[in-house]
Amino acid sequence: MSKITRRRFLAGSAAGGAALMLTPAQKALAAGSFEGFPEGMGVLVDLTRCVGCRTCEAACNEEQHLPEPSKPFDDFSVFDEIHHGQKRRTTDKAYTIVNRYDVKDTEEPLYRKIQCNHCNEPACLTSCFVNAYKKTPEGAVIYNSKVCVGCRNCMIACPFHIPAYSYHSVLNPVIKKCIFCYDTRLKEGKPPACVESCPQQVMTFGKRKDLMKIAHERIKKNPDTYVNHVYGEKEVGGTGWFYLSNAPFEEAGFDTDLPKKPIIDNVKDFLAIVPMVLTIWPALFTGFHLLATKGKSHGHGDDHSHDEQEGH
Amino acid sequence: MVHAGKQLMTGLGVILLSAVLAVGCYAMDYPEEIEIDSLVNLYEAVVFDHAMHVDATENCSECHHHTTGTGVANEYCAKCHNGNEEMDLVACVDCHSADPLSPENLHNPTPDFVYHNDQPNLKAAYHLNCIGCHKEVDGPTGCEDCHAKTEAGDKFYHSGEFAPKESAHSSGH
Ligand code: SF4
Ligand code: SF4
Ligand code: SF4
Repeated sequence: MSKITRRRFLAGSAAGGAALMLTPAQKALAAGSFEGFPEGMGVLVDLTRCVGCRTCEAACNEEQHLPEPSKPFDDFSVFDEIHHGQKRRTTDKAYTIVNRYDVKDTEEPLYRKIQCNHCNEPACLTSCFVNAYKKTPEGAVIYNSKVCVGCRNCMIACPFHIPAYSYHSVLNPVIKKCIFCYDTRLKEGKPPACVESCPQQVMTFGKRKDLMKIAHERIKKNPDTYVNHVYGEKEVGGTGWFYLSNAPFEEAGFDTDLPKKPIIDNVKDFLAIVPMVLTIWPALFTGFHLLATKGKSHGHGDDHSHDEQEGH
Repeated sequence: MVHAGKQLMTGLGVILLSAVLAVGCYAMDYPEEIEIDSLVNLYEAVVFDHAMHVDATENCSECHHHTTGTGVANEYCAKCHNGNEEMDLVACVDCHSADPLSPENLHNPTPDFVYHNDQPNLKAAYHLNCIGCHKEVDGPTGCEDCHAKTEAGDKFYHSGEFAPKESAHSSGH
């Protein structure tokens, strides 16, 4: 199968008036963050170490100035919560959550921290028609909430169901998600708040390529402990945060059917099955986009989350 | 606003050895109690009863790898370390840095030829060692079995007097 480039995909899927709208997005693609950055930072997440203490959730809440949680962070009844038939997911009020999984063949349950995986080739970014997302050279996938029009394309495109929709303001709905603590920490080379807070060092922060080596060394040194797979090394083109586990990944709620190639092809499929939406999008987006950028510079500042929040 | 995450790390290097040295069944001197107050912003200091653990274990190497000269518990370590020599560095903090993730350390990473390139930080060295063993021997493993929260701790976890008012209701998400 020929590898479709981002530019060809966008140009190809955009018919007529849509092509006009896609111009800003195309520019970003041409700027080329697409292969991932060789010196980008990442996080190795070792599920065998997690004890489900939820300290990382509390740390994220504090660092990102998120709203008060519905339950204390030392309340472990959240592990039993089921919403719409599913375990907890990240929300606009919680950029990271820890879930518990009962796995076969072990007495101990497995805990798994969930947050944005900061993909090398992020589907959220590719799918965004107003170019709100950006992959920084440091490895973070961030977004500019001033540009976001709340179309929720990225929510559908993300293979890990990460971006959440903030309904706080009906007039200015925006996406919210983990930003790798970009503006407060990563930018200065510091590890994220959740990483630093963890008592078990479930998460190790460093250059992605160094951590990948360490991940494989851990497997090699402890073949009886680990499943022989680094989840996120290849999945959807590689992710900045990747995982080691002692139980099969599907038992810990990971989607093990994800393609090795970037998710962009799937986004295309999704778009292909809703051609009707495509035809009305250009008009919609033109309107939204003008509204959203009215009176603002059209640059890509590093703004991506806080200023739209309530209570500032 | 106070950044507890940062505080978690900054205090880590501070370990008070209460200077009561005792001679037990082992040949070497060791502190009977170790007060660990590195997370003192969020939790009361933890007084680790070292003497009790000395009595409860067969061999220092169960916690101290090969550094005490009393043999090597882990076969993997034994490939290089024969374990018969007491080393100058014995305490956890001697090798497990409190802040290996500082930008300085990250930009001067351990060279490739150094074998130990994946050491847990000090906080993790404690917790992995303690909780790992406690799981096996049915010791206490809950956070608050060792750590009593301070007011700042309750604030950080939104617990105790800082618990959400409507904590009885689920988020409904
Ligand atoms: S802080 Fe660490 S051990 Fe605790 S739940 Fe989070 S990842 Fe797991
Ligand atoms: S995990 Fe989802 S939100 Fe995060 S970078 Fe990847 S596609 Fe985007
Ligand atoms: S990296 Fe930062 S924003 Fe992302 S989950 Fe961790 S603390 Fe939250």
